[in-house]
Amino acid sequence: MSVLIFAETAKGSIKKASLEAISYGAQIAAQLQTTATAVVGGAISNEEAARAGEFGVSKVLLATNLPGHFDPMLVEQLVLKAVEASSAKIVVFSHDYAGRSVAPRIAARLKAGLVSGAVALPDTSSGFVVRKNVFSGKALAEYQMNTEVKVITLLPNSVPAQKNGSAAAVEAFDAALAGVQSSLKIEKKVREHKGGVLLTEAELVVSAGRGMKDPSNWNIIEELAETMGAATACSRPVSDIGWRPHHEHVGQTGIAIRPNLYIAVGISGAIQHLAGVNGSKVIVVINKDPEAPFFKAADYGVVGDAMEVVPRLTEAFRKFKAANS
Amino acid sequence: MKILVCISQVPDTTTKIAFTDNDTRFNEDKVQYIVNPYDEWYALVRALELKETLGGNVTIITVGNASVEAIIRKALAIGADDAVRIDMEAADAWSVAKSIADYASDKGFDLILAGKETIDYNGSEVPGMIAALLNQPYIALGSKLDVIGNSVSVEVEIDGEVEVISTALPCVVSAAKGMAEQRIPNMRGIMAARTKAISVLSSTEQPLVKVHKFSLPKPKSEVKLIDADQMDSLVQLLHTEAKVI
Ligand SMILES: Cc1cc2nc3c(=O)[nH]c(=O)nc-3n(C[C@H](O)[C@H](O)[C@H](O)COP(=O)(O)OP(=O)(O)OC[C@H]3O[C@@H](n4cnc5c(N)ncnc54)[C@H](O)[C@@H]3O)c2cc1C
Ligand SMILES: Nc1ncnc2c1ncn2[C@@H]1O[C@H](COP(=O)(O)O)[C@@H](O)[C@H]1O
Repeated sequence: MSVLIFAETAKGSIKKASLEAISYGAQIAAQLQTTATAVVGGAISNEEAARAGEFGVSKVLLATNLPGHFDPMLVEQLVLKAVEASSAKIVVFSHDYAGRSVAPRIAARLKAGLVSGAVALPDTSSGFVVRKNVFSGKALAEYQMNTEVKVITLLPNSVPAQKNGSAAAVEAFDAALAGVQSSLKIEKKVREHKGGVLLTEAELVVSAGRGMKDPSNWNIIEELAETMGAATACSRPVSDIGWRPHHEHVGQTGIAIRPNLYIAVGISGAIQHLAGVNGSKVIVVINKDPEAPFFKAADYGVVGDAMEVVPRLTEAFRKFKAANS
Repeated sequence: MKILVCISQVPDTTTKIAFTDNDTRFNEDKVQYIVNPYDEWYALVRALELKETLGGNVTIITVGNASVEAIIRKALAIGADDAVRIDMEAADAWSVAKSIADYASDKGFDLILAGKETIDYNGSEVPGMIAALLNQPYIALGSKLDVIGNSVSVEVEIDGEVEVISTALPCVVSAAKGMAEQRIPNMRGIMAARTKAISVLSSTEQPLVKVHKFSLPKPKSEVKLIDADQMDSLVQLLHTEAKVI
């Protein structure tokens, strides 16, 4: 009946989204009075792998023969072997690229029920009920899971990782992948991430829309983001006309994000835009039109011209940082 | 190239979401349906572009009851050659994926394309399941797709970096923004769609998970307006009241 969590690594440590999944899986195990095991793919030291224990798992299976990069086909084999080794009945992934690539395959192979993008711990008081966002965050649905094996992917930034344990026992896990030929070839990185904050993992995001009038005006947005240590995002029309790169486009047809703070500048707040950001904990809207629909979804609003307000806000953050460091 | 494109019906993006039957069912009253944008704008259009350069055939498939015919016609008008409808309520990803995989298993499709996710259930589940059931490779969230000889080369964004993943055909790929540009059907396409064949098949696959209750998020409290020259107090509020910095 145990719980198995798949965790990915980046730069020698377990990824933040994976730590959330580990903590989530460990809390489910505690709820069901069973044990939680993490299976870690990627190159990390035993000490780093053992840190998964701080988030509640008692054991870590450290895959010894995966390639350095993420390969969904090999991870699928790894997780299937780990499910077998740990007799897991609940398998948890983060709802990130790895989770989206591998969890559906695992669920299909095991004919397990799958709920992807869970936003809360399951209710196990009668049956097993998992909550997720539906209609692009405009509603929530509770899924009843009755299959013997259950697969869940956890939406990043929705259930915080909790430290409540000590180092876990690390076991080298030979999933016998050495002889397995991946059917995928991962060729090259087209655009390496340039440092800065990753939009999908960012806790603070500054986003701007057509109200900026011209791409050259983005310098004030970037300055604000840099001062705050925030990632930048944009509305769809702005990426469609090439003012900003496509990967910054948030919303129903772009990416969905759930930062702690979302600052929207010169964005009207169309329903399709809100669909990608309505999971943010706090929303600040800066718009010169007091009737802009975004104000209805905002916690704090500033009615004014972005060209004047944004530099003032940057200055205020600078002062705040100086006073609080 | 024989290409299968999975399309699904979703409520128009401006739909007001409400529920009936004690919050157990989505209220379909007055709801306008559209083709899921990822399926229409990216997966279908890229399939048509591939057919235009490499020759072949584009079949669309959807799991749903008779009410989904309107979106099937729309996809045919954009240029798909023929359509398959599996006559069954699309109750969960498993039953949809299994029905599609069963249909596709002996048809010799070189490539199966789907959307990254549906904008109603936001699953990202169906295409990966189809791939596993057919024992084929799966590349999720492709933002660019090329067919080179007997393989596909797909750009994907993983954690802020773009990687190129390639694999041999046949395979399954899900489409994210960037794979193609939206096409508006023209009059000729709309006329031609009327006479294209839609084959209706059945399936008895049962769902594995079930929604037992819907709810709406807690309404936001009234916005707090801050004077445009009081940015210091906004930052203070974000620190002391909202506690996000
Ligand atoms: C099927 C579909 C899917 C879509 N998906 C998405 C999506 O994923 N993401 C998305 O963002 N959109 C999406 N859209 C588009 C969406 O409907 C809106 O058109 C879009 O979000 C508007 O972008 P905007 O707010 O930047 O521009 P606008 O609507 O033009 O708003 C600009 C705002 O800037 C304000 N402004 C102007 N000048 C200033 C100034 N000097 N200072 C301060 N404020 C100023 C204006 O008052 C206005 O509110 C979708 C649409 C459809 C039909
Ligand atoms: N009922 C359906 N019929 C056909 N294809 C579907 C159906 N539901 C989902 N799909 C396909 O699977 C993709 C991902 O859907 P989902 O896993 O539900 O997020 C969609 O973009 C479609 O391409």
